[in-house]
Amino acid sequence: MDITLLILQLMNALELGSIYALVALGYTMVYGIVKLLNFAHGDLIMVGGYIGIFALAAVWMPPVLAAVVTIAGCALLAVVIEKLAYTPLRTAPRLSLLITAIGISILLQNLAQYWFGADPMPFPAYRLFPLGAVYLGDLRISYISIMTLVITVISMVTLTLLVQRTRLGKAMRAVSEDAGAAQLMGINVNHIISFTFAVGAALAGVGALLYSAQFQIIMPTIGLMLGMRAFVAAVLGGIGSIPGTMLGGYLIALLEVAVITVGFGHLRDGAVFLILIIVLMVKPTGIMGRPMMEKV
Amino acid sequence: MTKKYRVLALLVAVLLVVGLVAACAGPAQPQPPAATPTPAAPQPPTNGGGPAEVTEVVIGSLGPLTGPVAQFGTANLAGIQLYVDQFNARGGLQIRLEIFDEEGQATLGVAGYFDLVDRGVHAIIGAVTSGVTMAVVPLAYEDNMPMITATSTHANVTVDANTGRVFTNMFRSCFIDPFQGQKMADFAYEIVGAETVAILFNNEVDYSIGLMQAFEARANELGLEIVAIETFQVGVVDFRSQLTNIARQNPDVLFIPAYYQDIALIGPQSVAAGLDTVLLGADGWATILDFMTDPSSIEGSFFLTGFSPDVDDPLVQNFIADFEAANGFAPNMFAAQAYDAAMILIAAIEAAIADGFAPDDAGFSDSVIAHMAATDLVGVTGHITFDHLNNPIKTAVILTIENGQERFWGYF
Repeated sequence: MDITLLILQLMNALELGSIYALVALGYTMVYGIVKLLNFAHGDLIMVGGYIGIFALAAVWMPPVLAAVVTIAGCALLAVVIEKLAYTPLRTAPRLSLLITAIGISILLQNLAQYWFGADPMPFPAYRLFPLGAVYLGDLRISYISIMTLVITVISMVTLTLLVQRTRLGKAMRAVSEDAGAAQLMGINVNHIISFTFAVGAALAGVGALLYSAQFQIIMPTIGLMLGMRAFVAAVLGGIGSIPGTMLGGYLIALLEVAVITVGFGHLRDGAVFLILIIVLMVKPTGIMGRPMMEKV
Repeated sequence: MTKKYRVLALLVAVLLVVGLVAACAGPAQPQPPAATPTPAAPQPPTNGGGPAEVTEVVIGSLGPLTGPVAQFGTANLAGIQLYVDQFNARGGLQIRLEIFDEEGQATLGVAGYFDLVDRGVHAIIGAVTSGVTMAVVPLAYEDNMPMITATSTHANVTVDANTGRVFTNMFRSCFIDPFQGQKMADFAYEIVGAETVAILFNNEVDYSIGLMQAFEARANELGLEIVAIETFQVGVVDFRSQLTNIARQNPDVLFIPAYYQDIALIGPQSVAAGLDTVLLGADGWATILDFMTDPSSIEGSFFLTGFSPDVDDPLVQNFIADFEAANGFAPNMFAAQAYDAAMILIAAIEAAIADGFAPDDAGFSDSVIAHMAATDLVGVTGHITFDHLNNPIKTAVILTIENGQERFWGYF
């Protein structure tokens, strides 16, 4: 086997996996705290992409400001969705919440189609990152690849520190473990839940910028497949577990790339969802998930 | 999760995967054999005596003017209307156009067919989308109604999918899907001078599969070495792994029979994957430059289309000027193909009348159909004749991307 090809494909997997991991973290955090599979999460990436186009191409903001606006826009949207759609259903059966999430996903996609049209919209990636590449002998590594990896690692470290080392993080963990008891201890559960949605969405905003830089076009439907992949990644790694979810994101990307590299590209989607089945059958809590005592 | 939910979740997941795998393995539909030249068509019979005395012929136009595919239908009708108006302005035989809006729906298409027959049409131009045309054509075949579509590219528009019977009354002025694949293989061999080729196609879309199979078959005939065939699926945005595989094989050309939104993704990623080759495409690439901020990644690529406004030919330039004067906007490929469809049909009607048939004579339809089959004329989309399946044999327009602009390369 050709070693250069393997290294190149490994780079592809790392780049793709970074995006999956960032999106999957949003799933994991929200699931961890309100036990909701937020299927609208993938569509936040799409909204973030359009905000980025607006900030970079329409208003011509400097790149750093545009990035901040995109991330803040995603976080704000997630909090609005949480307040309008999910909070009223806090005591409803979980299935109602799940169906609402799917409804929000469809709503976001259709609004985007209505406003921006179904055709792809070009994203000015060159405004965000330089488009060149460095060469290591035969290997070509683009600046975007390097930036993607660096930004992903920074985001993950920041998130881990936030959850493990701060008072807010402690409150998040407390609400996740037992919301009722946390409330009795003086934690404002509603604020913590909104904050969790905002953090998850901010990661989606980072993901949206990296996604847009890599792929350079945004369409109303991109959130769907991305969200599904990220969901499988979260389940594989252990939904609710932050390091597990990151691992899951990279493993799914590695699987996809491996399937294509050995010449079974037509089975790409099949392989991803086969993993979902195997995980649900063999270890439903995922690789690093804690076995949960169900309180039903 | 409770046990019950786990079982349910598993079941749903299994169903999803079965569906996906089935879709992935989607049957590659057999395509009818590629175009071969018609054996010399039998001479149309005449009705004895000189030309018939006819002042008016009624033609029906069936197409969507409202609904989700209205943009194709309105362009189609504008092309037809322009030719009819120009023809009528010459004096002599007059064409009356009867219009029905089928909204892109097969059921309305069938209703529209009966309505047009009631309004006394002698021939029909339409429908626009392949689905509607395929719903109408069996009825029109029973009635022996001369019919031509300008836009329905599905192979089974002129051939019954179940019996393999040719709908002898049904013609079209657009390319069929497999034809494009064959043309681009010829182009790779003759013009690019390629020896090795690679293909990247969508294994879930009939259009892409059809073009890919035709390209592959032709490439094998020409002795081109196919070094890589990679696939992708609907909705996929990441092509880097496939492109990396292809780049390692270093092919002379890469054929990508896909739509513009895929190309907008593949272009920049091909650079990231280190691919340096000539990209070839088909009519799905139309309008590609509208979707790229940086077209340098597809610089030097070639793709085929049915019509180009850049063709330096007085016939084409007059058509564009007249169309703009009549409609206030520039004609697209659909309008141009519709203009040619009207030209083909009306020429055949004139020929039938010259042979002594009046529109209400028994032999009129047969005569028009025979003359359509023997078509040999130059329209705004090029020189057109028909093969034994009533598909056009015509020159393709090749466009290229040069200095970030779309440019007419030439006919091929």
